[in-house]
Amino acid sequence: MATVRFVLIRLLKGAAVLLAIAALNFFLIRAAPGDPASVLAGEAGASDPIYLEQLRQRFGLDRPVIEQLAIYMKNIATLDFGFSARNNRPVLDMIMERLPATLLLTGAAFVMSLIMGVVLGVLAAVKVGRISDTLITLFALIFYATPLFWVALMGQVVFALKLGWLPNIGYVTVGADLTGLAYVTDVALHLVLPAMTLALFYMALYARIMRASTLEVSGADFIKTARAKGLPEGYITRRHVARNAILPVVTLAGLQAGQIVGGAVLIETIFAWPGIGRLMFDALTQRDYQVLLGVFFCSSALVVLFNIITDVVYRIADPRIQMKA
Amino acid sequence: MFRSTLKSLACGVLLPLTICTAAQAQQPSSGGTLQLVVTPEPPGIVTGLVTNTPSQMVGGNIFESLLRFDQSLKPMPALAESWVIDAQETTYTFTLRQGVKWHDGKDFSADDVVFSLNTFLPQVNPRWRNIMKAHVQSIEKTSANTIVIKLQHIFDPLLLMFENGSMPMVPKHIYDGTDFAKNPMNNTPVGTGPMKFKEWVAGSHIELVRNPDYYIKGLPRLDRAIFRFIPDAASRAIAFETGQVDVMTGGSLESADVQRLSKTKGVCVSTAGWELFAPLSYFQLNVRSGPLANKTFRKGLMYALDRELIRDVVWSGFGEIADGPISSRTRFHPEKAEPSYDYNPEQARKLIQQSGYKGETLNYLVAPYGEIWSRTAEIAKQLFSDVGVNINLITTDAAGWNQRARAGEYDITNNWPYQYGDPALGVSRMWVSSSINVGSPFSNTGGYSNPEVDKLFERGATASAAERPVIFKQIHNMLADELPALWSVDIQFPTLYRCKVHDFVTTASGANDGLLNAWIEK
Repeated sequence: MATVRFVLIRLLKGAAVLLAIAALNFFLIRAAPGDPASVLAGEAGASDPIYLEQLRQRFGLDRPVIEQLAIYMKNIATLDFGFSARNNRPVLDMIMERLPATLLLTGAAFVMSLIMGVVLGVLAAVKVGRISDTLITLFALIFYATPLFWVALMGQVVFALKLGWLPNIGYVTVGADLTGLAYVTDVALHLVLPAMTLALFYMALYARIMRASTLEVSGADFIKTARAKGLPEGYITRRHVARNAILPVVTLAGLQAGQIVGGAVLIETIFAWPGIGRLMFDALTQRDYQVLLGVFFCSSALVVLFNIITDVVYRIADPRIQMKA
Repeated sequence: MFRSTLKSLACGVLLPLTICTAAQAQQPSSGGTLQLVVTPEPPGIVTGLVTNTPSQMVGGNIFESLLRFDQSLKPMPALAESWVIDAQETTYTFTLRQGVKWHDGKDFSADDVVFSLNTFLPQVNPRWRNIMKAHVQSIEKTSANTIVIKLQHIFDPLLLMFENGSMPMVPKHIYDGTDFAKNPMNNTPVGTGPMKFKEWVAGSHIELVRNPDYYIKGLPRLDRAIFRFIPDAASRAIAFETGQVDVMTGGSLESADVQRLSKTKGVCVSTAGWELFAPLSYFQLNVRSGPLANKTFRKGLMYALDRELIRDVVWSGFGEIADGPISSRTRFHPEKAEPSYDYNPEQARKLIQQSGYKGETLNYLVAPYGEIWSRTAEIAKQLFSDVGVNINLITTDAAGWNQRARAGEYDITNNWPYQYGDPALGVSRMWVSSSINVGSPFSNTGGYSNPEVDKLFERGATASAAERPVIFKQIHNMLADELPALWSVDIQFPTLYRCKVHDFVTTASGANDGLLNAWIEK
């Protein structure tokens, strides 16, 4: 009951935050030089004042800014994301068709990095000071420090170009028109490189944090008590140490989950993955205000949502934590 | 045997397509899927509504105009079967092909042409709108398949307007009475071209399929064509190397990758297919005030530019040195400009000092369209510093550049507008006074105003074919002397493709018509 109350109140607060963010974004993106009409006029290669005026009308830029804001806020309240005049399509359609690809990529990377990171972190802590610890820590350091785009490109060069094991771009073999199991396998093969690249960075992060946290918990009094009681080492690690040590990782994982929509722009660009991060980046360079605002809104909504979920997970992981909305 | 080896070797180096096809004189085979890359993803593919390069490369295979052009800019029949120009050169009669169908099965007729030329294109295409106003008197259909265009006076470049990239014939039954830009059919376009639209997966690719009812028997030869969008330059190169794509259209590869990939076995290069566009690059100068308003100073800057260096280092050897505003591929290009400039830093320093330059810093707005322009800016900054001129590089993204360029908020920037085959169509708009402050970065944003040049361009547009070479030679030399811009590299954007792909670049529009004749060797 307390949980339900907690969630409801947080959702209400979240909605208020979202509206404030939407209004802020509206003004923020207009701060950049240029607008969607001038971008399109520039791309056209030839223009005259009539053409420019036509474009401004199409994009609704001829109305005063306050009026544009009012229209936008009204639409947001009804979850109407508007129309992209540049692409001649509703923004919601554009977002919905790209969202699954991103969720697949970031979801896979998230799960992989979390599981691998936690396991490696605990392993390193249990074998602290030994060779396996050194190797794991080194591995974590390398992938944490190396720029993501370099790892991505090197992955393409090694696995796609030199070895030919994996495709370097896209999420399906375009033109092959596969269905059923063949399609799933095709997507899985295409997913390996981008998901692994994204996962490696976060894996390194989780491993380091988990290791540090595990070491700290392992020295606590109640662990000594458990050992004194004669419980097996493995049982102690799994049941007592890990559960307590995992809290910092939950915090971090909650933050990463919030980036599940917008956080993979670089990977999506390098691997030509048709996701929403790229949509956002393209909309930025094209100054397509409607699409940008739509994507920002989705992104903010997910961050708010995952913040709430993280708080609930805390409570489950450690019943001592009180839930105050 | 030796000759064919030699010619196959030639295919791996930079030579136009014509030599390669002569070497492999085979029978074209039918069928297959061609995978191409265009970059960036186009905002739309109805070529009348959207005229940027990737839109033309894709949409140009769906839509057609009345004519197409061979690589010496001679007009060839497309939707117009034949045409007659009267003795006064003011009446053009086009006989349209019969039996042509739109992709949705309806018949193509003179009504569609009249609608496109009189209603659709003047509404959406600024260039045609201005030409209609200045030169055209009337456009009418005189029979089910005859169109007559009457001009107000001689306008020699008229035929060159009818290319599919900016003047497509669109279906009246789909567009008449609608808001053209918002018409939902824009997302599933219907044209008369050799390829039909199949699907557009946003962020991934556009697929076109063969038009089985195309009016030329035996064409197109391909079953399908897939245009992939790959935003990162390095990934594009890797995709080509791993065989995922077969054609890299001009401008989709950084020039360093072109060098490297063109030497790979089985890869052919073509620098042809840009004759109709002939992008000539220059350093556009804001001559309204400051040191740049002084012609002696501008001449000094011109001598300070080592254009061979820029061509060899930045463009990897592709392109020619430009000596004036008219490209060597555009009509009426004079053999050599007078005056011409070589790289002479001593002379540069002398002239700059003579002009009374006091060390003011000039703002150089870097064009945000790839490594090529960043490097050009860096090299130019070094060359200008060498002769004592202070440059401040300003970097921004495409939207920012558009904004600043069209408002004239720069001292120096780079530009390379299309010339469209005739100086009256593509060159004049950059240098005439009426083209100042029109809201486009591809106009006279530098504020250059010379009434003599204005008059010459005006005469040049409406003079007879015999007089025009003289007039344009005068303009070319005058602008080479006045230097409203520093003439740099006459660009060649090479198209890279696997040698088993033939006849992709066969017209002056290159990739825009690419799928008409292309075939894949089995």
